[in-house]
Amino acid sequence: MSKSSFIDALIASVVMLILTSWLLGLQLDNQPDGLRIILNDAAHTTWVIVGVILVFFTQLFKAPISRVFSGIKSKGQDSGFKLPAPEEKPTLYRFLTIAALAGLLIWPFVASRGAVDLATLTLIYVMLGLGLNVVVGLAGLLDLGYVGFYAVGAYTYGILNTYFGVGFWTALPIAGCLAALFGFLLGFPVLRLRGDYLAIVTLGFGEIIRIMLNNMTDLTGGPNGISQIDKPTLFGLEFNRRPSSDEATLFHDFFGIDYSSTYKVIFVYLAAVLLVVLTVFVINRLLRMPIGRAWEALREDEIACRSLGLNPTIIKLSAFTIGAAFAGFAGSFFAARQGFISPESFTFIESAIILAIVVLGGMGSQIGVILAAIIMTILPEMAREFNEYRMLMFGLMMVFMMIWRPQGLLPMTRPKMEMRNG
Amino acid sequence: MSEQFYYFLQQILNGVTIGSTYALIAIGYTMVYGIIGMINFAHGEVYMIGSYAAFFVLAGLAMLGIDSLVLLLIAAFALSIMITSAYGWSIERVAYRPLRGGNRLIPLISAIGMSIFLQNFVRLAQGSRDIAMPSLITGGWTIGPADAFNVTLSYMQVVIFVVTFISMTVLTAFISKSKMGRACRACAEDIGMANLLGINTNKVISITFVIGAALAAVAGVLLSMYYGVINPYLGFMAGLKAFTAAVLGGIGSIPGAVLGGLILGITEAITAGYFSSEYKDVVSFGLLCFVLLFMPTGILGKPEVEKV
Amino acid sequence: MDNKLLEVSGLTMRFGGLLAVNNVALEVNEQEIISVIGPNGAGKTTVFNCLTGFYKPTAGQVIYRGEPVQQLPGHVISRKGMVRTFQHVRLFKDMTVVENLLVAQHRHLNTNFLSGLFKTKSFKKAEAEGIERAANWLERIGLAEFANRQAGNLAYGQQRRLEIARCMMTQPSLLMLDEPAAGLNPAETDELDELIVELRDQHKISILLIEHDMKLVMGISDRIYVVNQGCPLANGTPKEIQSNPDVIKAYLGEF
Repeated sequence: MSKSSFIDALIASVVMLILTSWLLGLQLDNQPDGLRIILNDAAHTTWVIVGVILVFFTQLFKAPISRVFSGIKSKGQDSGFKLPAPEEKPTLYRFLTIAALAGLLIWPFVASRGAVDLATLTLIYVMLGLGLNVVVGLAGLLDLGYVGFYAVGAYTYGILNTYFGVGFWTALPIAGCLAALFGFLLGFPVLRLRGDYLAIVTLGFGEIIRIMLNNMTDLTGGPNGISQIDKPTLFGLEFNRRPSSDEATLFHDFFGIDYSSTYKVIFVYLAAVLLVVLTVFVINRLLRMPIGRAWEALREDEIACRSLGLNPTIIKLSAFTIGAAFAGFAGSFFAARQGFISPESFTFIESAIILAIVVLGGMGSQIGVILAAIIMTILPEMAREFNEYRMLMFGLMMVFMMIWRPQGLLPMTRPKMEMRNG
Repeated sequence: MSEQFYYFLQQILNGVTIGSTYALIAIGYTMVYGIIGMINFAHGEVYMIGSYAAFFVLAGLAMLGIDSLVLLLIAAFALSIMITSAYGWSIERVAYRPLRGGNRLIPLISAIGMSIFLQNFVRLAQGSRDIAMPSLITGGWTIGPADAFNVTLSYMQVVIFVVTFISMTVLTAFISKSKMGRACRACAEDIGMANLLGINTNKVISITFVIGAALAAVAGVLLSMYYGVINPYLGFMAGLKAFTAAVLGGIGSIPGAVLGGLILGITEAITAGYFSSEYKDVVSFGLLCFVLLFMPTGILGKPEVEKV
Repeated sequence: MDNKLLEVSGLTMRFGGLLAVNNVALEVNEQEIISVIGPNGAGKTTVFNCLTGFYKPTAGQVIYRGEPVQQLPGHVISRKGMVRTFQHVRLFKDMTVVENLLVAQHRHLNTNFLSGLFKTKSFKKAEAEGIERAANWLERIGLAEFANRQAGNLAYGQQRRLEIARCMMTQPSLLMLDEPAAGLNPAETDELDELIVELRDQHKISILLIEHDMKLVMGISDRIYVVNQGCPLANGTPKEIQSNPDVIKAYLGEF
């Protein structure tokens, strides 16, 4: 601890004080006689003091701390924990898959109704995370407007259902295809752009979709959204108490059991499980197909790819379109689960949350992304107080993950093509 | 002169007003991009914090009974520039410096995280509701017939033009005359080479963030007084708009940022004036996409040569 | 003429005020080894970049098999059969050796989405054939035992050879090598010499070569072009070039 580090620490603390004291300690308040400054509650002031002290000491002991951290980091990079590729440990993964599937199928029959409903929401985020992972993690394209495709999916089902009475299972592929079409149409011109421009353009696209949904009131209901969207049916069997039309058959009538709204929740959950399993399967296959290799190659060296005759735009476009399609599926699921959609649900924050899931789990790692999606959806539900600070935490987490562990919490070895000798 | 003309003139005036503040924010993007080739995603939030600082100063001085306009303005500019400079400096230290070199996506994600963090920090500390303040500078000149549409040039708009002009002049003088400015230009040309030649590139990068933040504060003070309303979310849109302006003019070019800001401001004002203000954001994003696709280097940007 | 593969005339590339390539002309026939030599900074790599579509030449014509290609994007030119390596090796370093070779075969593999999804017979067959082709080349360049190793972990000379093999996977008719011998030891250079001649004689392709190693160039080239400061200086057989006073002057820096 030298004199210079003491001065550094002092400067850092003063800066911290400038940054936070006025924002946390005071508050602007619109009073009848004009704008007034009032003192914030004492808790906020405590935070300022804690923050300043923290900054002071981390700066003061910066050298030893960074030595410890660099120790962790360098160790982490050498023998860093990385999930093996399924090809390396086939039995482990077979066991994991079976255990996960069994758990997913038992869950609705042991958990409460609310827990099952939450699990459905989690599965929607898993789908979104996996879909965005294709775009960001595998193809290396930062898409900040992913929520736009999610919205397209949700509104496709919402509109088809309200205006034309189309059922969920018919609307699902349409929603996926339409979102993919949007992805294709947006991607075709913009994927020639460099990475950071792409991020901004997609961000703008997401905003445009939201603004359009808000203003095309005749079709989308504007800010009020669309409500009373039908739930999925099981081969035409409805899960309502009363049939929606004369021809409709009800689930509980058909099986001769009493009506319970739990059946509906469980059914939606199981449908989501089915869709997530399909998603995982498709992405796993994609990774082992030529297109998956091309994504990886393109991420590593675009110039070399071009020199070998690979069309970068087409390869990026395939990732972009596939990612968009998954968002479309997830969107129509979201509409079916909520029964109500409005532009509120499709803000940039939603894109940021999905991105945070991908970043936290580890770009390119499916298991990581699934776990991250579970953590990210369940945490806010577990602790309501946490909800208030959720976005603050997400933001902070994204910064620190990029600094200390850009590969994510659970990075996974890419499945590699092996050549058997002889 | 016809009424249509006056109406058009009014839209242009409004557009130039907004455009000049976009230009101020855009310079922050363009300078950082010019030197380290990264988009400072959190820049819009710096502008938002600058607006809050301005409101604090103005409200605080009003409570103390000071009502000299010049004093209020000077204090608002000075304090909010000081505060945002501290923010700009810290953002670079925390979210950029540890990530220099390597994959381009990583600092971008970290900056997005920083942006989300700052927005929510202000939301939690100050509440998410709008905070309003009556305008300090009222009145203006009116041109046109008494019985039809009039063009109004408010004193506030004049203040915006004048302050923007002064800031640009000071910045240009700094970049072209001072030693630090020369170092900045050298870094923009080739940061590796500048480093080899003994320029303290860390310092230059810090200065760039600070200058950008200071100009964002100027924009924050001006716009918050012009609109009279602030909330924690206004940085997001303003940041996007300013980025659009920077790209439009050619990212990396300071005159480009000014030109881009003005074009964007006028485009928006005309859209709002003749079509619908709901769609003005759509039009400006459309413009961004159009520019990126058909002239990716913008109006005044240098063409980029890919290093093979 | 039937056997003319590539005809370049008046090729000019200007970067702002810098005239990097000035009025260069080139001709490559089928099954020929052509070298482009010249001092450092003479604009040789820029010529390559123009030919392969990475730069859009300011002026001039590039005719490949009777068809102008100078305005086409890089990947299209490559698909027509003009494939290049790079001065600094550009392998996919995190991918395995065999994967590097498979990526280069992207166009020849079954990329149908559904057949890949359900691992159809045709998909598996195409993959197996791709691996077979890769294995043959790995055998030839002596990297068979490293097939599953990360490309970035190979020795430098091995990386160079892998890059050539990767180009060959695209089944080119004109292979353009940018300083393939740079950084190789004499033994490796001899192997390279052998490989290039073999490519011409057995695989019936033409090779356009940028090289500083005069022993290699003079030994294998059918014809040589000399460029200096972006301008064509001379061309002819190795013998003619060796005795050309202009060339000697440019290389020795006399004025």
